[in-house]
Amino acid sequence: MSLLTMIVKMSEGLGKTCAIFFLTLLFSLPLGMIVALLRMSKNKLVSAVTRFIITVLRGTPLMLQLLAVTYGPYYLFGANVARNKLIPVVIAFSINYAAYFAEIYRGGIESIPVGQYEAAEVLGYSRLQTFTRIILPQVIKRIMPSVTNEVVTLVKDTSMAFTVSYQEMFTIGKQIANSQTSFMPFIVAGVFYYVFNFIVDRIMGRIEKRLDYYK
Amino acid sequence: MSDITVNGASSAPILEIRNLQKSFGSNNVLKDISLSVEPGNVVSIIGPSGSGKSTLLRCASFLETADGGDILYNGQYAMHGGVYASKAELGGFRTRFGMVFQNFNLFPHYSVMKNITEAPLLHGHDKQEVRERAESLLVKMGLEGKEDSYPCQLSGGQQQRVAIARALALKPEILFFDEPTSALDPELTGEVLKVIRQLADDHMTMVVVTHEMPFARAVSNYVIFMDKGVIVEQGDPEEVFGAPTQERTKQFLRNYQK
Repeated sequence: MSLLTMIVKMSEGLGKTCAIFFLTLLFSLPLGMIVALLRMSKNKLVSAVTRFIITVLRGTPLMLQLLAVTYGPYYLFGANVARNKLIPVVIAFSINYAAYFAEIYRGGIESIPVGQYEAAEVLGYSRLQTFTRIILPQVIKRIMPSVTNEVVTLVKDTSMAFTVSYQEMFTIGKQIANSQTSFMPFIVAGVFYYVFNFIVDRIMGRIEKRLDYYK
Repeated sequence: MSDITVNGASSAPILEIRNLQKSFGSNNVLKDISLSVEPGNVVSIIGPSGSGKSTLLRCASFLETADGGDILYNGQYAMHGGVYASKAELGGFRTRFGMVFQNFNLFPHYSVMKNITEAPLLHGHDKQEVRERAESLLVKMGLEGKEDSYPCQLSGGQQQRVAIARALALKPEILFFDEPTSALDPELTGEVLKVIRQLADDHMTMVVVTHEMPFARAVSNYVIFMDKGVIVEQGDPEEVFGAPTQERTKQFLRNYQK
């Protein structure tokens, strides 16, 4: 198989790689905020349970979580394994990344000085207005570097979908590597990820710069 | 402890506090504090660190929950016998006072203009009027041309003046200052005190917690000296500063003159 054929075949999986990437961000970024707020809840039970869930999600391999979400329903209830593996893959990724984002959000929220809340309170901002107008924008600026880190990691983590044989770029590459006994597909995959992350880095850098107008 | 009536004014005091109690754990920060502030008066609260003066202001502005006593604005109870009015009512009381913090607490991601105008706009005040008022406040604070600046581009003194403008934008009946110049160097302190003095000349009702003794003496018409959660001495600034009767007051003021 020529190098060009490999590249073309693997490119066909890029759409699915992108699907995992974008759908995971779409769900995990807001879900992470909900988890962060639950984690900071004044209700001790809510906060303790959330904390436990976060430690499980961060403390066990994403690969295991992928297997659990994809095949768990079959072993537990004898349910059919989803025909479209994108669904369990995105669920597993979103939950896993939400746990990481939650901790980033929490760190950001807790780093905002209490004086910001007090000023808003005295000026008559409601709690929701204080959060959405005063706190959140400052949190976003502060956490951008950490979020960029996670997003870059996510690009590479999409390759983990091969464990459930979801036909994204890396899974196809691995199949080609096996059938052709060639290392070339892995090099192609490496280049793909690098270029993908190069673009991600540029975009995130631009967002960070846009938030640079204040300290 | 009896209530204080400043200059024997006949109208209801803007702020009246009776027998206020507040402790943090076993630490009694405020023990039975009473005071009242008549319209147009400037009350300075002085005293050593940890005497409870900031806590007193923070209780008056509901940032701290007092344990007992009464807080009244214009004769209406915000807290009665340690029981607060409803959340909605407290919201109403909040529109009557403004607060200026030691650390300014400006919103760093907002321009000067937005810092000043957002709260009144959220309260549904007329857009045009809010804008015009903000502009005239900026002129008054000596901050012409700074409306599009961000707090990080301003000096501490300028930031504090923006914070004063922000508080005034809501047309409070009384303005609280919690050590407004403690985070500033002497030069910048002067420009902030000048602005507060101007407000006093305009008969703005104010309560100022401060360590600036000459300022307290010159600008306020009533001085309260606090120590260890009680009011040790109070009265006309010339009396408290010129002829203090309590040993603790004398000792405190002596330390300041050094």
